[in-house]
This record gives sequence, structure tokens and C-alpha cells, in this order.
Amino acid sequence: MKALLALEDGTVFPGRSFTGAGEAQGEAVFNTAMTGYQEVLTDPSYKGQLVSMTYPLIGNYGTNNEDVESDRIQVEAFLVKEYLPFPSNFRCRFSLADYLKQGRVLGLEGLDTRALTRHLRNFGAMRVAASTENLDPQALIEKARSIPPMLGLGLVDQVTTSQAYIWAGGKKSGFPEREKKNPWKVKDSSYRVVVLDCGVKYNILRSLEKRGCQVLVVPAQTQAREILEYQPQGLLLSNGPGDPAANPGIVQTVQNLLGLLPIFGICLGHQIAGLALGGTTFKLKFGHRGANQPVKYLKTGRVEITSQNHGFSVDISSMNDPEVELTHINLNDQTLEGLEHKRIPLFSVQYHPEASPGPHDASYLFDHFLSLMEKQRRK
Amino acid sequence: MPKRTDIRKILIIGSGPIIISQACEFDYSGTQACKALREEGYEIVLVNSNPATIMTDPEMAQRTYIEPVTAEMVAKIIERERPQALLPTLGGQTGLNTAVAVAEMGVLEAFNVELIGASIPVIRKAEDRDEFRKAMWKIGLRVPESVIVTSLEQARESAERLGYPVIIRPSFTLGGTGGGIAYNREEFELLVSSGLEASMNHQVMLEQSVLGWKEYELEVMRDFKDNVVIICSIENFDPMGVHTGDSITVAPAQTLTDREYQAMRDASLAIMREIGVETGGSNVQFAVNPANGELVVIEMNPRVSRSSALASKATGFPIAKIAAKLAVGYTLDEIPNDITRETMASFEPTIDYCVVKIPRWTFEKFPGTEDYLTTSMKSVGEAMAIGRTFKEALQKGIRSLEIGRFGFGADGKDLTGLSPDEIGQKLRQPNSQRLFYLKAALESGMSVSEIYDLTGIDPWFLHNLVQILEMEKTLQGRSLGTLPPDLLRQAKEYGFSDVQLGHLLQVSPQDIFQKRRELKLLPVYKLVDTCAAEFEAYTPYYYSTYEMEDETRPSEKERIMILGGGPNRIGQGIEFDYCCVHASLTAREEGYASIMVNSNPETVSTDYDISDKLFFEPLTHEDVRHIMEQEKPRGIIVQFGGQTPLNLAVGLEQVKAPIIGTSPDSIDRAEDRERFKALLKKLGLIQPENGTAFTTAEALAVAEEIGYPVVVRPSYVLGGRAMEIVYEPGALETFMAKAVLVSPGHPILIDKFLEQAVEIDVDAVSDGEKTVICGIMEHIEEAGIHSGDSACVLPPYTLDAGQIERIRNNTYALARELGVRGLMNIQYAFKGETLFVLEVNPRASRTIPFVSKATGVPWAKVATRVMLGQTLDSQGLQGEIVPGHVSVKESVFPFLRFPGVDTLLGPEMKSTGEVMGIDQGFGPAFAKSQLAAGMDLPLSGTVFISVKDPDKIPILATAKKLARLGFNIMATSGTSRFLEEAGVINQTVNKVREGRPHVVDLIKNGEIQLVINTTIGSKSVSESASIRQTALLHRVAYTTTVAGARATTEAIEALQQKTLSVRTIQEYHEGLKNRA
Ligand SMILES: Nc1ncnc2c1ncn2[C@@H]1O[C@H](COP(=O)(O)OP(=O)(O)O)[C@@H](O)[C@H]1O
Ligand SMILES: Nc1ncnc2c1ncn2[C@@H]1O[C@H](COP(=O)(O)OP(=O)(O)O)[C@@H](O)[C@H]1O
Ligand SMILES: [Mg+2]
Ligand SMILES: [Mg+2]
Repeated sequence: MKALLALEDGTVFPGRSFTGAGEAQGEAVFNTAMTGYQEVLTDPSYKGQLVSMTYPLIGNYGTNNEDVESDRIQVEAFLVKEYLPFPSNFRCRFSLADYLKQGRVLGLEGLDTRALTRHLRNFGAMRVAASTENLDPQALIEKARSIPPMLGLGLVDQVTTSQAYIWAGGKKSGFPEREKKNPWKVKDSSYRVVVLDCGVKYNILRSLEKRGCQVLVVPAQTQAREILEYQPQGLLLSNGPGDPAANPGIVQTVQNLLGLLPIFGICLGHQIAGLALGGTTFKLKFGHRGANQPVKYLKTGRVEITSQNHGFSVDISSMNDPEVELTHINLNDQTLEGLEHKRIPLFSVQYHPEASPGPHDASYLFDHFLSLMEKQRRK
Repeated sequence: MPKRTDIRKILIIGSGPIIISQACEFDYSGTQACKALREEGYEIVLVNSNPATIMTDPEMAQRTYIEPVTAEMVAKIIERERPQALLPTLGGQTGLNTAVAVAEMGVLEAFNVELIGASIPVIRKAEDRDEFRKAMWKIGLRVPESVIVTSLEQARESAERLGYPVIIRPSFTLGGTGGGIAYNREEFELLVSSGLEASMNHQVMLEQSVLGWKEYELEVMRDFKDNVVIICSIENFDPMGVHTGDSITVAPAQTLTDREYQAMRDASLAIMREIGVETGGSNVQFAVNPANGELVVIEMNPRVSRSSALASKATGFPIAKIAAKLAVGYTLDEIPNDITRETMASFEPTIDYCVVKIPRWTFEKFPGTEDYLTTSMKSVGEAMAIGRTFKEALQKGIRSLEIGRFGFGADGKDLTGLSPDEIGQKLRQPNSQRLFYLKAALESGMSVSEIYDLTGIDPWFLHNLVQILEMEKTLQGRSLGTLPPDLLRQAKEYGFSDVQLGHLLQVSPQDIFQKRRELKLLPVYKLVDTCAAEFEAYTPYYYSTYEMEDETRPSEKERIMILGGGPNRIGQGIEFDYCCVHASLTAREEGYASIMVNSNPETVSTDYDISDKLFFEPLTHEDVRHIMEQEKPRGIIVQFGGQTPLNLAVGLEQVKAPIIGTSPDSIDRAEDRERFKALLKKLGLIQPENGTAFTTAEALAVAEEIGYPVVVRPSYVLGGRAMEIVYEPGALETFMAKAVLVSPGHPILIDKFLEQAVEIDVDAVSDGEKTVICGIMEHIEEAGIHSGDSACVLPPYTLDAGQIERIRNNTYALARELGVRGLMNIQYAFKGETLFVLEVNPRASRTIPFVSKATGVPWAKVATRVMLGQTLDSQGLQGEIVPGHVSVKESVFPFLRFPGVDTLLGPEMKSTGEVMGIDQGFGPAFAKSQLAAGMDLPLSGTVFISVKDPDKIPILATAKKLARLGFNIMATSGTSRFLEEAGVINQTVNKVREGRPHVVDLIKNGEIQLVINTTIGSKSVSESASIRQTALLHRVAYTTTVAGARATTEAIEALQQKTLSVRTIQEYHEGLKNRA
């Protein structure tokens, strides 16, 4: 089925739908990972975005029940060069096309995705509209221009959990009202971690559980006081979509908790930590999305190949609190990738130590979080 | 960490001659290393016996030794040069094993030379199958169940326990040398013995088979700060059981989820750390069980490898260059990625296209071996293709192979009329034609799952093939006029060539081209940039595809386009790539923008910094024409890439290609028999009596007329393809039957065979006015043995001044008459005092690099300048140079890989590569050439002599000399009697048919150290075949010609006197100054 992708600057790309009729709008971004499209599709940080994969052959291994990062497909639409309708993998359950159809998400193929990538690289991520019904370029361009820009856009509310849940055995389990004061299952020494859900990827929860943590996931708007009532030993600020600066409430919450318990921020969580520490954020021209971003850990001089997905960044020059140490930088564009507070137990990274998709080089950061909680317990 | 300053001088070991599994890729890596380390200010000492390499060009390293790559020679070089470090990881398995041997001799300690890149323990841990196995267990990775043995006895015991099929894998080898799959006890015994022979430490691993599992390779780099990155993942189209070198391979991996891929990545990192490769590139091979994803480790190579070259070309990431820099102390985050400039080498390339590599085999040259593929590599070259879809890349890859096919069938050459059994058998048993049997299978209605069951080829690949076939069916029988443009576009997106489309739509390829032009349906060119366009790329490395956006940047300079040689094959290899590289470099020096077109990933010419623009494309009329019309070059050079571009020349000229140098018409005058005859007559030159024939009847008539024996061959072929000497009509008929297939439409050429003639190769360069002889090479073997196979000497060693003068004059005359502009190569033969012209090739020849190294003049560069309009005088070329030193070229053969093939040399070329031996005298120079070619000459012991009657008198002197040198002599009855009478004491030994113990028994028992065996006529040939076979398998020195025997004897004498010394090519060239 013929389809059209129109950019706000008037550029149009012809393509075909491999998921039937549909329409979508949002910000167009590209991801350079060669594997892991299912993880990308289900990553809540992609809310509000149409994702184009730079790797041209997509669908090869289908989709399965394990490689999900949330309970639904999050991208607004999926843009590829060639869709391969014959998945081959022992874990495959559904073809990608069926998977997208079930999620009512538009999938376009036959696009010159390299041209699109070059365009976004040169002129920045921009608003686009895709459609199989409305094939009039002008109308579609107008539609692209009509939607709100990503700058200043808060999207956390659309992806955060409506109510708190325990993550155990690799899945969500709610708890009755009466346990609300103390939902923890085990009372023993295993670390109790509250995850502030701004659109958390399951693999963050899996990574914590794998290390013996008890994981309580709470809505993004949960207040500091409530969080403390759970008596957690650590707080994890999760990844998530949208403009970090559009979340003053969450920033406030974090500020209230500074110093009271170990805090670990990931991606949006890192940006929020940065804001809470008095820094500012800005929108990158086209962001970092992929599984090959080199990050230098300044303490050891070691380079990590990291999984990344962010369109905003903490302004490195705005982090001038002498108590804040800049720990990680991106070797491609020297942007800030990680920070740590010298006095209070807080550290955060812009990239994704939980990977999924991507290399596992940075998983040590979860262990670091555990050691922080251990120190705290000793005190 | 900045580079190390405690080392100043570094020794690099090259990989020696081109052999199966060790080809130009190691020239590519070595050349990159030399450049990289020189730009860091290190002094480079290089040893490599292969003269056809760019790395041995005098300006690549400061001190270049074209000497045998053996422990003894390298020791001599170390003693003379005193380098502080030795870099062993860039010369393939040869470099690595030689380094280990040198270390074991204690030489490295003695002169405290540090191994950089990989230490001895590391090499052991990786290459010793037992140590490797243990290492894997230690880090909790699985390997197939296996037993390590060092003797046949041990092997027998374990075989039963493992159960057949058993995989035999020798230690310290590559290309699966000496390994294989044993399905029964007989094969088992054979393979184990050959495996033990092949292994440096007489160790083989017997391993449980995981045949049919998916095979993967990861290219890994590590710096000494323990930063590790994956450069590229490769998935094999052919599952486990077919050597990766013989497999169609695809980058990146296609059918792995991120989970499975990351598990493989984690494993690779763990392996790098456990094995302890401090710095540089390695490759790790895995097998995956398609049923449950179970992962086992197959091997790792702690060095740059064939696949690293492929990975470099597939991603644009210069693995060898970076490896070299890491070896001297840099870390990945300190080395800029010169493709993006703004980013560093410490990242993982990501690609936005699909790469397909397809091997090129030459089974047709080895009648007597079965065409099947196993764990021991048999291909002699490969083509790589890039596309935005697998379908496009695969079809481009197939037409890059230059096997007369233009895609996945649909080119009028599809296999037809095959029985289901035939198809089934060909699918089950991997072979060089399997791709085309897959096509046949699909057409016959076989389902993907049936084919999967037979082949183990992942359904994902098979379904792609189905899509190509479906497109074919949609197009079939339609008419071009009414064909919807969208359909035509989709066909091009699927990689269909105009030849295929013409065939399907019943029109000529030109018609398709015209139509596409009207529709503006032309390819765009996209960049290979390591980063999927995330950053701007500066390196001009392009591939074609059918999409929206073209990325080529117009170069304001005038452009010169060079057509490369395509995949390596016997008869057309690295020598031609060497010439193309020189052409490109020269064009740039002369202020032009050079454009390289080639499809061979092993080569230096496809390195992105050799040319101003690199187009990684098939060398077909269509693909070249597209580039030509896009780039509008001022000139196109076709005479350097061997026969490939020559064959395109005429067609390209018809579409107004500005071909520079010798005109296609002159080329045709030399190639076309009748026109060539006329030419010689005009010049009063003699050629062997000859005629041409299209039919068997004609052939018999011609042969009758000129008299047997005759040399017969198809025209327009290289490397003496399908060429034979026939002694009687019967043989001629059999030949005609086959020959017509090899080059259809072209006549069969029949020459009087010149017996006992001395062959001479001449290379010359001409500017149309003046002609200068680059070198005159006298063959050691007599005419009848292909010029590419026989050893040759420069300057000639038996010809007298008068004869040489005649050769010169004939050469001048031919060059003038043909209006040669650039290089030409002529083969002459002296029979008695008559000088015959065997053939004239108005193009660069195989010997140009050898001659350039011998004479110190870069002849390909001289020729390029001529083509660009400069005269020889204006280049200040003094004239012919006759060196005072002796240079010997010896050929290297792949017989060991083709069990059952007779090693007898003939007019059909069989060698894969060559080596050069240089010294002051013939004896030592020839001795070096033999050492370099891996022939261990005995210094004492027993010689076996058995020669045909015409050779008896000629061999006498040699026999006497051998006796004098202290050898016992054994001979077969006839020869024995003759020698006896001539006063040479010798023992008579049984011919094979005369009963046992016969000569073959003696060879097997190690009682014979040298075999001299010449034969004539098919009967005695077949009788003596077993002698040559046994000699080969037991690595006993042998020669099949009198001249070879004579030379060998001189070499043995030289070796006995221990006079071999080493000297750099720069020193030799110094000595040549003003010799002209
Ligand atoms: N256990 C096995 N079962 C089946 N095939 C195997 C096994 N081990 C190796 N092979 C095949 O043999 C080939 C050569 O083995 P490898 O160890 O890579 O030799 P080399 O070191 O010469 O590359 C591999 O590419 C693979 O296809
Ligand atoms: N008339 C002949 N008599 C003897 N040997 C010949 C004759 N013609 C060709 N040969 C041998 O065959 C070899 C191959 O022939 P050539 O014309 O050089 O083929 P190619 O074009 O493949 O190099 C020559 O090198 C020579 O040794
Ligand atoms: Mg190996
Ligand atoms: Mg291997």
C-alpha cells in the first residue's frame, strides 16, 4: 500500500505500508543499532516519535515474548528500507508486521532511510506526518507543522504507571491497598529499591532484580514523602520521553530527596538529576540513538560502547557546582554522559547501562548502585 | 597513552606467496601497517618473498627484504638489522608461525627483540587447539566435544568414541589446511595423517561434528588499556562444515536477535581477555544451533585474517592500520577515525547496507578432483558486493565473479533438465555451483523447508532467493514497451542486471539500458562511512543502488578511471592489482583525480586511501558504464587489470569510453589469431605453424597438416585456460568436445608444439615512438609449461648476446607495429636458433611487479605516465636495465589442496602465486626461490632419476654433478642402464608396475630425498603420476623437467656451501644506479 512521509521543512519521502492503512505524526528520529528493533519499538522513551532504523533489512528474526521493554509498542510509527516478511529465529512468535498490526502501529518500508538520516543529521530532528490515506504532500506537510514541537513537551504522564507495582519474577505484580504502607515482599537484607517510573525500560528492573534487589515501581508524580514512607534503600530515576525541563514536579521531588538515600539516574533520570543539581538541559540537533556510542569513564580512562537513546542533554557548562564531578563524556561529541556527587550518594548516566538493545559494557553501574546502598546501610 | 618511544625499528613479517587461504589480503594489511607505522616515524624492516606485493615496493618500508619467509632467513635479517620489535600479526599464519619458530630458536632473546601485537604465550593459547579448548572451558564457554592427538594411533582410539562424522582440525594452520570431515575410517586415517603433517606442532584436534549449525564470525579489536570493540559481525550463508573461506558470507549478521548477538559479543570480549591478545585485531568463530540458539566457540585467530580484510572493506574501518597503531602503544580513543575525522576509532562501526562475499573457485583447472566443499578451503579468490538489500548484494556479487553469470540465474544459463536426485545430491553435498542448484531446486518446486533440510542454509536466505525468483517470474515474457516503470525499478532494486532483464524481456541489454535512461532509472551511489550517515564522511568509498539520493561529490580535477581485475583466480591475481594501484597513485601524482573500480575485497586497490574515489562495483559493461557516465573521466585505463577489463574494452569503446593507452583495435590485432598471423607475416616474424578451427573436423584437418604434437586452446582466455598438448587425433577429439564450452563463439587455436624449446618472457613499455625493454626473462622449464608456472631468471642465463639482440629487435618491431602505448608482454621460444613468437599481450603482464623489483624501475608507473601523454624520454628513462644480480621467479602450486591431481606441469596455468629469490649468482638465487616456495632441498641423501629418452643425454651432466655432491643415485631400468654406461654409479629400482618394493614404497619410507622425473605421452604420464603424488604428499623435493633438475642441483650446491646471505631491495637498487 502506497504511503507518504512528510517533513515539516517540506521534504517528502515516498514509501509503502507493510501494516495496512494508517496515519501517524510526531518527531522523526533515527536509530543506528543493527539489532534489537523489538526493544526499540517497546522503549517508552520513543513516545511521540517516528523511529527510522538505519539498518535497511528489518523483520529478519520476527518478534518474541521476551525482548520487550514495556507492555506495549511505544513508537508512533516504524520506518524502514526493506521489511522482510519471513522471520527466521528459534524464539520467533510473531512476524514484525503482525506485531505492529496488533499494536495498531504504522510500519512503512521502501523509504530511502539513508537519505532521511542524512537529512535529519543536517537539518535536525523534526516533526513529520506519515499516512497511507492522505497522500497529498502539501496537506501532510501542514499536518506535520501543526503538531507541538518536542522542545518543551512533557510526555512522562503518557507512559508512567498509573499505580505502584512490585517487579518480581520478571513481571509486574500489583499489591492490595492494605500493603500500601509496606509492599515489600521479603523483609530480609536484600536491597529495597524504589524506581520512579518516567517510562522505565523493563531491563532496568530486570537488572536490579538479577542483583537481588526488591523493586518497587512508583508513578512519576509520587511525592518525596510517599517515597520515603516505603523506606527504600535506594532510588532509581528511570529513563523516559520528552523534554526533561518539562518535568518541574519530578525535579522538585528529587531535590527533596537529595542526600536522604542513594540515587541512580538513567537517561531522563540523569537529566532530571542534572536539573535538580542546578544544571540546565538543551535539545541536541538530532540526538544519540544507537548501540555503538563510545563513552569514556574519566576515572579509569576506559571506553565503554554504550546503548543510547536521547534527544536532550545536560549542558556540561551548566554543571558548575564544585561538588558535582563529571564522570563520563561522549567521545563522539564531548557531551556529558555521566555525573556523580562528591558528598551526597547520587550518580547518573545519560546512556543505558541496562542496554537492551546494545552492548553490556556498562552493567557495572548497577553494581556501583548496590555498593552505594551497601555503604549507606553500614552508616 | 602516546606511542612508544623505546622502540625505533620494527620488523614486519609478510605472508609470502599467494596460496589458497592466504592471498592479497595480507598485502593489504601489511601495506596498511607499513604506512601507519612510518607515519609515526618508526623505521620499518620488512621481509616478504612475494614480489607482486605493494608492501615490498621500495618506498613502503625503509629496509625491504625480498627473501624467503623462513625462520633461518628471518634470523639472519634480525641479526643484520637489530630491530627492537617484531610485529607478527599482519603476515597471516605464515607471519605468525615464522615468528614462533624464530622465538623458539632463541633469536629474539639473543638480540632482545620484543614481540608486539601478540606474545608467544598468546599465540600458543589461541593456535594450539588444546590450550584454546582449555581456555574456553575456564571462562565457561562451550566448545564441541573433542580429543587432541599427536599420532595416528591415539587418533584411532578416540575416533569411535566421538562417532562419525569426525571433524579433523590441525593446530597452527589456516584455511583448514590438512583438516577435513571424515565420514568413515578410511577418510579418517587419511585426514589425520595429513593433518599431523600440516600442523606445526604435529597436533590435531578430533572434534564432534556440529555440521549444519549456523556459522558466525566476529572481528574484534583490543588495545592495551583493555578497550575492546567489535568491528563487524559476519553470518555464513553456508552452515558449519564449509570453511568460512569457501562460504558465501554476509555482513552484518542477519538472523540474530540483539540478545543472541550480545551473547556472542560478550563471549568474544571474554575470549580476547582470556587469551590475552594485548593489542590488535582478532577474529572469533562461533557456531549456533538453529534449534535452540546454543552457542559454541569454533576458534579464534590472534591476528588480522582473511575475514578482517573483508570486515575492513565491508565497514570502511581500517583494521590493519589501527592494529598497527595499537601495537605501538596508542589506545583506540587516541586514534582518529579518518572516515569521519571528528570521531575516534574507539567505537563500533554500524552499517546501513548489506554485504555479500562469494568465493571464486577454479575446480575446472584441476580435473581429477571432485567439486565439493568441506572444512579445508579450496577457493582461490572472492568477490564482494554491497547493496541496500541482500537480494541486490547477492546478484551484484554473482555477476562480480566473472564466471559468465549475470545474477541469480535468469541470464540464459540456468541449469535445466536436472533430475530431482541430481538436485538433491548437489544440495546435500556443498559444491562450487550450489547457488545455481538452489535456483534449479526452487524452480523445480522444491519448498524452502525441503531445501533447508538438505542444505542447512537458513530459511531467511532461502526466502530471499524465492523473492528473486518470483520477480523473475513476474517479468518473464512481458514486453519492455508495456512494462510498468515501477516494476522495472523494483527489479533493479532486487539487483537484476540488464543482461538478465534483456533475457527475460527478449531484448538486448542495450535496449534495457536505453529504456532506463528514458525513465531516468539509473543507480545512485552511496557512501560506506562506518556510521550509517550519523556523521559526515570524508572518504570517497561508494557503492551503487537504486534509491532517491546520490551522494557522489563532483571532483573538479580531471579524472582518470582504472578498471581493476576483479576476483583473484589462477592466471589473474595480485600482480594485476599491483599494477592498478600503481596506475592510481601515478594518476594522482600527475594531478588527476583517480577513480578505482573493483570488486575484490582482498586487494590494496580497494583500500579507500589509494584512489580519490573508490567504486566497489562489479566489473561488467553495465556497472562500469554507469560509473563512467556519472564520473565522465578523461581517460579509462584497461590494460592493468588483466583480461577482465580487456574483455570490456571493445564494448566500452562502442559507447564512447575514452580508453587511453594501446587502442582496443591493437589489442584485438594481438588477440585475434588471423589478424595476428597477418601482423607477424608483415614483420617477417615466425610463429609456430598454426591454424584455427570451430569444429572437430576442422581441428583434425589442421593438426594433420601441421603435424603432431600440437598445442590446442580456446582464444580469448588467460592462464592457458583449457590449454593442452595433444599427441594424437583421439586426444584432439576429446579436447574439442570440452573446449567449445570454455569460450563459445570463439575459435579453437591450434599450434605446432615446439619440443625442447627455451621459452622467454619479455616485458616492454612503449610510447608509440620509443620502446624500452623492462626485462627479458628466460624460463627454466622448457616451452610447454605455462609462463605463469615455470620458474624464470632475469637476466637470461643461457642465451647468448646474439639471441638476446634478436629478441630485442623483434620486440621493438612488434611494439611499433601495434602502436603500443603502455605495457606489452611477449612470449618467445628459441628452438635451436629459430626464434618463435608464441604470443603478444598488449597489456600489463603477471611479471611486471617481478621485473620492477628486479630492475628498480616502477614500470607500471612509467607506463601510466605514457598513457597520460608523456614520452619515455620526457620521463628521463635511460633505457633497458640489465642488473648485475640474479633474480629468480618461482611459482607456488595448490596441489596439496586438490588430492588426486597430477602435479605434472603443462600449458594450462595452475600456480596461485610466486616468490622471488635474489642473489649475486644463479645457484643461491634459485636456492632462495625454492626455500621461499616451500620446497626443502636436501643437502645429502638419495636422488631418484627417471627420464624420458630425449632427456637422457641432457640429464647426464646433472646426474654426474649430484653424484659429485655426494648423493646416491637410484634410477628406473632404462635410465639406470643409460647412466651405468655413462659411468654414473647407481642402483636400479622398480617402476610401480614392476613389483614391490618399488619407487613409491621407497619415497613413502623416506629413502628418497629428491625426485627427478620427466615423462612423455599419456601412458607414461599416468604411470608416473603416483610417484609425483607421493613425493608431494611426503614433502619430498621433486622436479619434472631436466632444466628444473639442473637448476635444483646448482641450488643444492649453493646450499651446501652455506653462501646464502640477505640484502635489502633498496641496496640492490642502489647498485643498479646508472647501469642503463
Ligand atoms: N566441530 C565442527 N563441526 C562442523 N564443522 C566444523 C567444526 N569445526 C570446524 N568446522 C568447520 O571447519 C572450518 C575450518 O575450521 P577452522 O578451525 O576455522 O580452520 P582454520 O583455522 O583453518 O580457519 C570452519 O569454518 C567450520 O565451517
Ligand atoms: N607452440 C608452442 N609450443 C610450445 N609451447 C607452447 C606453444 N604455444 C604455447 N606454449 C606454452 O603454453 C603456455 C601458454 O601459452 P600462452 O599463449 O602464453 O597462453 P596464455 O595466454 O594463457 O599465457 C606458454 O607459456 C608456453 O609455455
Ligand atoms: Mg585458524
Ligand atoms: Mg577459521
